[in-house]
Amino acid sequence: MAKELIRLVGCRKEFDGEVVLDSINLAIKDKEFLTLLGPSGCGKTTTLRIIGGFLRPDSGDVLFDGVKINDVPPHKRKINTVFQKYALFTHLNVFENIAFGLRVQRPKLQEQEIERRVHEALELVALKGYEKRSVSQLSGGQQQRVAIARAVINRPQVLLLDEPLGALDLKLRKDMQRELKQIQQQVGITFIYVTHDQEEALTMSDTVVVMNNGRIQQIGTPLDIYNEPENAFVADFIGESNIIDGIMVSDQIVRMYGREFQCLDKGFAPNEPVDVVVRPEDIDIVPVSQGQIVGTVTEVTFKGMQYDIIVDFQGFKWLIQTTDHSPVGAKIGVKIDPDGFHIMKKSEYSGLYGDYSSYSAEYDELSADPEGEGEEDE
Amino acid sequence: MSKNKVFSGALRAVGGFFDRFRKQSFAYPYVLWMALFVVVPIILIAVYAFTSAQGHFTLGNFSGMIDYVPVFVRSLWLAFLATVICIIIGYPVALAISRMNPRTQRVLIMLIMLPMWINFLLRTYAWMSLLENTGLINRLLGAVGVFDLINSLHAGDAAYTPITHFQLINTNGAVILGMVYNYLPFMILPIQSVIVKIDPFVIEAAEDLGANSRTVFRKVILPLSLSGVVSGITMVFVPAVSTFVISKLLSNGTVMLLGDLIEMQFAGAAYNPHLGSAISLIMMVIVVICMSLMNRFGEGEEQAVMM
Repeated sequence: MAKELIRLVGCRKEFDGEVVLDSINLAIKDKEFLTLLGPSGCGKTTTLRIIGGFLRPDSGDVLFDGVKINDVPPHKRKINTVFQKYALFTHLNVFENIAFGLRVQRPKLQEQEIERRVHEALELVALKGYEKRSVSQLSGGQQQRVAIARAVINRPQVLLLDEPLGALDLKLRKDMQRELKQIQQQVGITFIYVTHDQEEALTMSDTVVVMNNGRIQQIGTPLDIYNEPENAFVADFIGESNIIDGIMVSDQIVRMYGREFQCLDKGFAPNEPVDVVVRPEDIDIVPVSQGQIVGTVTEVTFKGMQYDIIVDFQGFKWLIQTTDHSPVGAKIGVKIDPDGFHIMKKSEYSGLYGDYSSYSAEYDELSADPEGEGEEDE
Repeated sequence: MSKNKVFSGALRAVGGFFDRFRKQSFAYPYVLWMALFVVVPIILIAVYAFTSAQGHFTLGNFSGMIDYVPVFVRSLWLAFLATVICIIIGYPVALAISRMNPRTQRVLIMLIMLPMWINFLLRTYAWMSLLENTGLINRLLGAVGVFDLINSLHAGDAAYTPITHFQLINTNGAVILGMVYNYLPFMILPIQSVIVKIDPFVIEAAEDLGANSRTVFRKVILPLSLSGVVSGITMVFVPAVSTFVISKLLSNGTVMLLGDLIEMQFAGAAYNPHLGSAISLIMMVIVVICMSLMNRFGEGEEQAVMM
């Protein structure tokens, strides 16, 4: 893609002695849609605020177009922000909210020029005819649009979006995801997007940066992140994963549950202990006699498109997503194709994720409405 | 089943009625209080204002007020000046306080409230003893030789009479000082409480859009804090325009305000409750007009409170 626009070099930030960002290195390309993804408190908002100029890194540099901008205040950066709760000016109407960035410019712009550009922006976010409305009369989705129009009015090179859809309901959120992507392509600028919603990240981004505990866990395209997770944390955070202890016997052969499976991964040391990821949708249910391994169904949940079933394999519980119904208590065999395995090196997250023993609790947590979870950092 | 439904429906309706009844009944003591001590007195004042000592209807009380126009003007003018000074002092203080961390804010707010724990009269008496011709301030100035210095500048001027003090008390300035001193907290508190409520992200948004700190103040903080200023104005202006203690103590009757005039009609030598009522009525009208004008500016959140 295009040239590099922003680079973070070894950025570190502490609040009250607590490290919230630990040597972040990140390159962001021009016109890219990049998403910082992670749970609350992972440092994604802090990273965004450092790029926006609202925070200074304790050490490390922020480069914009190759120039160090650590000390450049927010109002002098070619970067604008869409804030989490919109932060609209309640004392101004829609038109004046959007025009704000133009009105503070010196030398003053012509009134006609301001009008033309505000109308352009209103058109971009499909809010024509709302000029005179007070922002408090608008719905959440409309306020969101005003916030976006206001942020792009100065034609920034980069737009920062801090969980912009967090306050919207699910249906509206989906629509806005699509629309945001369209807007990004239309104005042709870099979007840096912060969210804890993995689906949102996969849907919209060119590049996803998965963060946890103030560190970047993995950078890649949505496909890479999903198919080739770097460690147990990423595998668990993005989608659903069964993560099992295994031994890489040799290239393309992994041993778990005392038997060897064909896989596609190679490049590990002989007999290296590894984490084996198997996605719930990559598992086929077969009669016991044909199964590579055999387990007992302990829980079945109907999810609409599929059944989520929990299967106990020698004390380790797997999640399997299938369209076939198996009753609780049934013995079933499973078969996994070589491309259904993904092998990861052991990491600090090994053993923490990927067991579905406490399935329901974990699932609820993942699908829980994320509202109000925004207060992280500081 | 359906019987059950009807029953529970009826129960809910009855419950709702009781609920509403109970909630309303909480208001009755207050309504009674207001009726007895606010509405009835106002009616009495109106009756007095439109009747003569003999009990006949008359407009004479109002036409008789012509003589007191200067008092009206002076009252409004001094209260206006005091209010303006309160804004000039109070707004920056409120702004500065609201930028500190919450704990410091609480301490400072308490310090501002602290003088109010002392009786209003005592505080004003204290100012008397400060401002008197032989008061603390003049004695201090005398002790450091200020008057000697001034007198020495006029040495040789035969028509000059040496001064021994500045005339501080019994002036308009002293009355304004008393008003500002007593009512300043009522300006600071509402402004501060509005400013701290401004979403910090709104300020960041303005910075993000290219506004420097001065523009942020002018285009965001100031307009968003106006409702606090409006409440502050009402809470300073209304008591200032009707005060009589401050002017009585700090001017010894030389600066007569509306409050003094009314007090004289009811409790003073010029006993004439009919004229006093008419003046009160007009003052009330002026205050209501001022307040409704102000409230038009400060629409929304902080509705200005009377009294």
